[in-house]
Amino acid sequence: MARPAATVSNAPIVQAETPKKELGPVFKRAAPPAEYLDERLGIAKLSRPFIRKVFPDHWSFLLGEVALYSFIVLLLTGVFLTIWYKPSMAEVEYEGSYQLLRGLTMSQSYESALHLSFDIRGGLLVRQIHHWAAALFLAAMLAHSLRVFFTGAFRKPRELNWLLGVALIATGLIEGFAGYSLPDDLLSGTGLRFVDGLIRSIPLIGTWAEFFVFGGEFPGDIIVARLYMVHILLLPAIILGLIAAHLALVVYLKHTQFPGPGRNETNVVGYPIFPVYMAKAGGFFFIVFGVLVLMGGLMQINPVWEFGPYNPAQVTAGSQPDWYMGFVEGAIRIMPNWESHIGGTTWSWNVAIPGLGTMGLFFGLMALYPFIEAWVTKDKTEHHILDRPRNAPTRTAFGIAAMTCYAMLWIGGGNDLVATQFHVSLNAVTYFLRVAVFVAPVLAFMLTKRICIGLQRSDEERLLHGAESGIIERDPSGSYAERHRPISQGEAYTLTQHRQNAALMPAESDEDLSDGQLRRENLRRRAGRFYFIDDLRKPTRAELEAAAHHGDGDGHDAIGDGHDGHNGNGHNGNGNGHHSIEAGATTSGAIPSQTQ
Amino acid sequence: MLLLLLALFVMGALSTLLAPSQQSSADTGTSQQVTEGKALFTVQCASCHGLNGEGQTTAVIQGPPLAGVGAASVDFQVGTGRMPMAQGGVEQAPVHPVRFTPEEIAALAAYVATLGPGPAIPNPEEYDTAGVSQEDIARGGELFRTNCSACHNFEGAGGALPGGKYAPSLLDTQNVHIYEAMVTGPQQMPVFNDDVLRPEDKKAIIAYLNDLHSRPNQGGLNLGGLGPVSEGLWGWIIGLGSLMFFAIWIAAKGVKAK
Repeated sequence: MARPAATVSNAPIVQAETPKKELGPVFKRAAPPAEYLDERLGIAKLSRPFIRKVFPDHWSFLLGEVALYSFIVLLLTGVFLTIWYKPSMAEVEYEGSYQLLRGLTMSQSYESALHLSFDIRGGLLVRQIHHWAAALFLAAMLAHSLRVFFTGAFRKPRELNWLLGVALIATGLIEGFAGYSLPDDLLSGTGLRFVDGLIRSIPLIGTWAEFFVFGGEFPGDIIVARLYMVHILLLPAIILGLIAAHLALVVYLKHTQFPGPGRNETNVVGYPIFPVYMAKAGGFFFIVFGVLVLMGGLMQINPVWEFGPYNPAQVTAGSQPDWYMGFVEGAIRIMPNWESHIGGTTWSWNVAIPGLGTMGLFFGLMALYPFIEAWVTKDKTEHHILDRPRNAPTRTAFGIAAMTCYAMLWIGGGNDLVATQFHVSLNAVTYFLRVAVFVAPVLAFMLTKRICIGLQRSDEERLLHGAESGIIERDPSGSYAERHRPISQGEAYTLTQHRQNAALMPAESDEDLSDGQLRRENLRRRAGRFYFIDDLRKPTRAELEAAAHHGDGDGHDAIGDGHDGHNGNGHNGNGNGHHSIEAGATTSGAIPSQTQ
Repeated sequence: MLLLLLALFVMGALSTLLAPSQQSSADTGTSQQVTEGKALFTVQCASCHGLNGEGQTTAVIQGPPLAGVGAASVDFQVGTGRMPMAQGGVEQAPVHPVRFTPEEIAALAAYVATLGPGPAIPNPEEYDTAGVSQEDIARGGELFRTNCSACHNFEGAGGALPGGKYAPSLLDTQNVHIYEAMVTGPQQMPVFNDDVLRPEDKKAIIAYLNDLHSRPNQGGLNLGGLGPVSEGLWGWIIGLGSLMFFAIWIAAKGVKAK
């Protein structure tokens, strides 16, 4: 399909000469030290495979970077905070410069948080940047995991990296909570009391576990020091290790890419880390840092001085955890008050089920999902091309259903604010959510699946009838019709490259299969039918050719495309005479590609 | 001479014993004021509270009896626009624009105070926070967090209560109304009488709130003063939202691989 190159046989032969490469001012300066290091450490050889690594371009691939950069900001600002913060629950009288708390007795940790906020230059700014960065770190991780989920990037060979990601979110959550508890203000103390209840609700061993964690009865006088160790040493080290492994696997397994002309399972189309991505990623780091500094400077977060020191006798309306614990809070808030006494033991279902159960269910399902889907599809091949979410309607619907359930729990966590801000009854919100947390995900599932299939239909429409041109024609008989413009070959490829899974009927009994195997196989097939039976079959080669001829039939046959899809129908030419555009589109995609 | 002194003493003692105490009378209510108040009450309040403020508990339109609620209660409910209520049947009287002039409110209060002894409208020096010391303001903060923030939130931004009821925001509430609310316990609020919170404690709480609300917001915009829920909301919208735009911009920048 490439345009034949013009050949001129009688042109004068010119000796090709490469101009001597001139280094820019930066490289000129950087060359001698780089050479020095290279001669001693061999860095060129070490770094070459890495710096030539190709990454594809898409904005959603940067969500993980947001998480990484906010973690770096957390480390930097956290170091500053540790210089001033005192992790001690010893009682002191406040004599600092915040007038409204002077003379009150409080823990040393709260006093140092106030000192940091009011008497250290830049202290409040750094504290707020740190807190915003924590909120952003978890938000970006969650958004990144949604991107990975909806595009199917967790499929083989990346299941283990998905697990690392789930572990990162879980540790990030605990890390955030530990940090939230450190200032020992009224809000953080209330949050700690919540966790105290959560620990106590563990069946049978709850009370012992509580005494183990708090060193006696709540609140005791050691929990802040323990959480401090967890917050600045244990969990950051674990998170760093997980991030290192997560990134190493990204490099080793290569980045996934969205489907398109010139992209296949064995290449990565994009730009190398050095210099393009290094510049982009470096710039993006500063943007993330900049946004966080602006937020820390302009938006108040966790005004500990307004909450006052923690006092178990006090509480404030609107006591909530930070957003990432909101779903657990919500589950507990909407749970009916069930409790049973068996023998001499108390079983607090009202806390254990929503508290421990929700977190277990959330992370458990997240971790298991790639393996569930792999079992259903029986797919053992590697996937480096991402799914468009509409082409996996059931997975997309599961994802949206999970998000809906999470959102219902979120609303539950802020049920008092929903009640006051929208002038509805607190009880009504709670009763509604008790039902909605189960019903809304089912509705969301059905709705999402229909939308995905609708989008598949619109893809089919574009493939078979072309794109709407907006030009209305009237024929001699007086009827009106819109002219459709055939879509480019590149687009047609993008719309048809995905593989579709078959929905299989139950297997007949077979001598090769034992009863148990047959049962399992039929269970798998049933799950497969649930997953795939509603998928819109993509048009066959014959249908596409027929459609192309039907369209304008100017005599061009379908042209082989060289991007052979898995199922052999790849994409087909639509014979519309726009060869130069298609050729351009295909080649521009192919040039920067690099087979790794 | 001695007899005269004794007579004077007895008369003095009798007058202190027999004179109506400040508590039970409405703001030195004159009978003229009471008459005006009764006229106003008959037109504006009687349809729910009954012609003599005896209340209606069985009729379609219901209102509580007013004997003993005191002038402070009237000044609070009418002075903040909670009364007269547009319609019954809602969980809690919402705040509306005030319908009456201060004189009319005083007349209503004077009349209702005659129905039975109750808390009087506090004198300005009881809630005037001008001379409160910094130590007392800090103590007021501690009292506020112990007694009030559980419903009214740490900034006084208000909070939800069961069954559609709520603790209102205190951000724009006048001193006198905060004082009256503590004395009379309107709607869901418990009564904080002078044994629970001494008058100087009440004053300290009011002084704390005024000080808190007049301070500059250290740390920037307070995002509604509602705690972590609004922080999380804005964190997602401003933080992740703006960074998504930057990501789209960066990904589209430069030589683009299609």
